[in-house]
Amino acid sequence: MPMPADTDVSSPKHLRDKYAIVGVGETTYTRGSGMTTRALGTWAVRNAMLDAGLKAADVDGMLSYQSGDSTFAPFIAGDLGIRLNFYMDVFGGGSSTEALIGIAMGVIEAGMCKTVAIFRAMNGFSQVRIGGTGARSAVPVTSDMLHSRAYGWQSAGQMFSPTFMRHMYDYGTKPEQVAAVRAAHSNHASNNPKAFYQKRVTVEDVLASRVICKPLHLLDCCVETDNATAIIVARADRARDLKHTPALIRGVAGRVCKPRIDMHYQAGPISTVAGRYAREILWPNSGVGPEDVDVTGSYDAFTFTTMLQLEDYGFCKKGEGGHYVSDGTINLGGRRPNNTSGGHLCEGYTHGMNMVIENVRQLRHDVDDRCPIGSDGKRKHTYDHKEGGCRQVKGCEVTANLGWAMPGTGSAMVMRRG
Amino acid sequence: MPIQAQYLGMPLSLDDLEVENLTYFKHCAAHDFHLQACANCSLLRYPPTTACPWCTSREANWVPVEGQGTVHSYTEVHHPIQPAFKGHTPYLVLLVDLDRQLGKPTEHEALRVVGNLTTPDGKLAPPEMVKRVGIGTRVRMVFTDVAPGLALPQWIIDETAKQPENPWRYPQE
Repeated sequence: MPMPADTDVSSPKHLRDKYAIVGVGETTYTRGSGMTTRALGTWAVRNAMLDAGLKAADVDGMLSYQSGDSTFAPFIAGDLGIRLNFYMDVFGGGSSTEALIGIAMGVIEAGMCKTVAIFRAMNGFSQVRIGGTGARSAVPVTSDMLHSRAYGWQSAGQMFSPTFMRHMYDYGTKPEQVAAVRAAHSNHASNNPKAFYQKRVTVEDVLASRVICKPLHLLDCCVETDNATAIIVARADRARDLKHTPALIRGVAGRVCKPRIDMHYQAGPISTVAGRYAREILWPNSGVGPEDVDVTGSYDAFTFTTMLQLEDYGFCKKGEGGHYVSDGTINLGGRRPNNTSGGHLCEGYTHGMNMVIENVRQLRHDVDDRCPIGSDGKRKHTYDHKEGGCRQVKGCEVTANLGWAMPGTGSAMVMRRG
Repeated sequence: MPIQAQYLGMPLSLDDLEVENLTYFKHCAAHDFHLQACANCSLLRYPPTTACPWCTSREANWVPVEGQGTVHSYTEVHHPIQPAFKGHTPYLVLLVDLDRQLGKPTEHEALRVVGNLTTPDGKLAPPEMVKRVGIGTRVRMVFTDVAPGLALPQWIIDETAKQPENPWRYPQE
């Protein structure tokens, strides 16, 4: 597709295509990693460096995000012999990935460093349970939490559900439409040897699974796993000397919020999420629109979060998200597949970064499925998306990642094949 | 005075710097719901905050507000996360549009006050009562007494109000 050649440096959009993701890496996705988040983070960052073809001396910036559940960047850098010119460890979970990519571009642009590794390392099952059970569920309730946790309104699923319910009320969205997200992502995961859940499930399986908190069944909720993921951001002109086709960053929007973010339900409509604001930054900055996107990575902490974001970023009309996610569009082989790795529902949970990694590989035309590797070392993709088969999207040129922290906060990024 | 209390076996606390929250819950403990009204623009706000989200004024007055409204949305929890709520499922978390200041200052704003569905004595509602409530149900505020200076505002079905024939509930029971 044609890309606008907008390189006017008087425009705030002049960073389009100037930066790229040049390396990606991850650990295994398991329950019971048997190692610290320091060991996991080191493993993932090293894999991203090997993927890019970068040595320790080539990396001089580091960013991470966490919620008191991980290891800070200086330990990972120290373990790998990386001398840092810049680092920062940011508080946050979902929606951090795209926001931190924007920060990485900014600090390189400011001349503070040249190459930034971004990682997320977590034992989301065996240490700090992401679903909120275990030790996290029994902490004393203090201060402003008295207005939520004292009412048994604490976990992500509990906190987001009034948004999900109101969407069903406002627009007639049906449980079976939303459940189609899990079915699609499980089909994708069946073609991903790394995925924690590789078994395909049906809409009926989702609706028959037990209710956690309405409208969420067990299979509407993502998986909790132990893992680390990492990506490396550098200038695109450097990327051309590295191992892979770069994933050029067209535009980012970071932690864009609805009004009254202290308690976003005070401002409605509550069935609208932060993407409605983020899209006004994302698309103009990127110089593309939803119609130009080949693959999406819409955050699937829950089936509903994928749907709400696709809708509010404009991939369909407001209120038609239920139809969009259940008519085959988001499936491999459909017009615009979503979360081709299986995402958080099936591959593993790393607060958004694994969906960025997947889209980088899609843009390289080199996802790690079960297709045979040829004598040139490259995978020979069949584009047959049957169970256990290929998950490469043919001719993937433009991707969009839609990160989610909660209904009121989101981040997003558009990349294109370099 | 700081507050340390137990509710359903769950520790709740407010230290003595929590001026806004201590005042809010002190009124609740007197079973007299109050919210902050901006001293500059007069708009009410919920939950307690340190400035007016519409005009930034840091000055506010606590004013009595009638605890009645309509369920705007909800969740019905079947799998409790917190130990305190095990044995109380299913329970409802309600997001209630107060009648006061509904649709102000803009069309989609309201004082949306969180609470559980309870019985009139402030105990979590039994399952048959949970099934009667959905989006559109008219509710009235009651209080769950926790400790001196601390009661939680809660919601009961308003039996005196005109109720919708079928409040909207999630289709799968």
